[in-house]
Amino acid sequence: MNVLGSIFFRRESGILVMIILFCLAVGLYKPQFLTLSSLRIILLLTPLIMIGAMAQMLVLVARHVDLSIGSMLGFSAMVVGLMYREFPEIWWMVGFPVAILTGATLGLFNGLLVTIFKLPSIIVTLGTLSLYRGLTFIISDARQINRSVIPTELKVMSRTSPVFDIPWIILIAFGIAVMAYFVARHTQFGRQIYALGSNPKAAPLRGIDVTKVTLVVFALAGALSGLAGILYASRWGFVNPSNTGAGFEFQVIAAVVIGGVSINGGVGTVMGTVLGVLLLGCVSAALPLLGIPGSTQNAIFGAVILVALLIDRTVRHRGVASVSGGAA
Amino acid sequence: MTETSTTRELVPARPTWHVVFVRPETMTTLLIVIGLVGASILSPFFLDVNYIMRSFTLSAEMSIVALVLTMVVISGEIDLSPAANMALSACVFAWVQEAGLPLPLAVVVGLVAGLAMGALNAFMSIRMQLPSIIVTIGTLIFYRGLAQIIAGDRSIRVPESFIGINNVLILGVPLPIIIFFVAALFLGLVLGTTVIGRQIYQIGTNQAAALHAGIETKRIKVGLFLLLGVVSAAAGIMAASRLGSVRYDLVLGGELQMVLMAMLGGTYIFGGRGTILGTCLAAWLLVIVSTGMTVANLLPAIQLTVLGILLIVAIIATNFIYARTQR
Repeated sequence: MNVLGSIFFRRESGILVMIILFCLAVGLYKPQFLTLSSLRIILLLTPLIMIGAMAQMLVLVARHVDLSIGSMLGFSAMVVGLMYREFPEIWWMVGFPVAILTGATLGLFNGLLVTIFKLPSIIVTLGTLSLYRGLTFIISDARQINRSVIPTELKVMSRTSPVFDIPWIILIAFGIAVMAYFVARHTQFGRQIYALGSNPKAAPLRGIDVTKVTLVVFALAGALSGLAGILYASRWGFVNPSNTGAGFEFQVIAAVVIGGVSINGGVGTVMGTVLGVLLLGCVSAALPLLGIPGSTQNAIFGAVILVALLIDRTVRHRGVASVSGGAA
Repeated sequence: MTETSTTRELVPARPTWHVVFVRPETMTTLLIVIGLVGASILSPFFLDVNYIMRSFTLSAEMSIVALVLTMVVISGEIDLSPAANMALSACVFAWVQEAGLPLPLAVVVGLVAGLAMGALNAFMSIRMQLPSIIVTIGTLIFYRGLAQIIAGDRSIRVPESFIGINNVLILGVPLPIIIFFVAALFLGLVLGTTVIGRQIYQIGTNQAAALHAGIETKRIKVGLFLLLGVVSAAAGIMAASRLGSVRYDLVLGGELQMVLMAMLGGTYIFGGRGTILGTCLAAWLLVIVSTGMTVANLLPAIQLTVLGILLIVAIIATNFIYARTQR
């Protein structure tokens, strides 16, 4: 156990080693996995999860959790889709602020419930997961937004690229990751999130406005989910009230937990989260190459989460103090 | 995130009426009455006992699981995987009996699968001391994924002789409802009157204190996870009998409804408080609300919205009541 701990000196290098070993193992069996084109496939699988993971990371670091991310994604995408359908002549770029603001509003609502009523975020967001999904059905009259409605400029974003043949959608996702890195590491607000998550009782004593930080974190998570929502419309070219974003929160939590973000708050890096997302991307890209049916993907994701949790525990040597129980 | 009060001053004991009536169960009962009145105004066909009982059989399996889940939450843990457990156990059961195993043996295999799933949850959250909320999100995906591997996209049929647990009537009451009430009575007695039951509350209220008081906290929590695993499997097999076939997406998203039942019944999410009676009432409340909306011809999507709102309102009300009646 201790040997393992010293090898994974840093959490991030541990994941990096896992990614490299995984890719080499797959590459030995199927050499075409180690080519640029499969890197492109991996990257194309990840942008939405990358953005969602940045949102979830900030929430988890603040010692909260947001299960409604997928429903916020679906609702924002649906609002944008309806806008394109009702006002076909509108400039397509308007979709971005609309999606982001819609998401931010939903996220703010989560935050308000958590802060005003002092409710555990896990239950609040379990409730809003259902609530927002239901609202998505209501506003769309349970009908899908079809391909023809989504503006072409938006759809080609996930294929065309400004530089190095990297599509816009991937650039945006990595841009968000860089911004999240900057916010988390180099702004007062970012450090306050970590302080709040490490010790919620001590944070107000240090002059941190807990309510404000919590509200902003939830609103940010909503805004990023909204952005992921319009990118979903770009990537897939449709918005469906029941499918769009369903189960997204679980993929995101998987990526974040694999990336070493602690569910107990205060611990987690953008670098680790990015690597967690990439590891999931590698796994999803490798399955079809290895001839493993897609139906196994969920089981493998689940197993990867459990293994990541166990490795994380081994690395961190949890103390006796953290017996605080489940509903954190 | 647990509340601790540093000093506890002597306050006058609450009057008896206060103790009896100011509690979440009263709120649940009130909501049931409101639901009944509202639904019968919306549709004159609603107030038919047989119809309500028929509707209850649709969610009886989940209600039974919610009873055990209540005990897990009272002990300070949570489990989001029982719905996935139900699906996987049912798939395992249907799969082995399709492969030629005799029916009783197939049921046993299904139950053992459920027990194993409970054991994995217990190992990860109690033995490895990982937060059960995140562990069971992981196992939720894992179990559902395994069910998807076993069943694929097809539905596995169960033999004719096994179909129709909901059509078995005892004194005019469908069997699943009888099972639900027997389970509720049994678990209610265990939780309310036995030493172990009281110890569960103590663990949920203050785990460290419970440890120092010599309570086998780990053993009890492991036992609860195992019980939840087996009961989920039994519920999954009951659902298979009701539906006549099994798919991997059996009770998909059911964890929301189960947690909702516990919360609506006044179980405190941080542990230490809650009753079986509350969850029992909440299970009926949910049936009344959803049947009421169905007979009133409301979209299923609106029901999803109402479920979400109910969950949030329930937890706000519960927290409020507990804040007013601080021990």
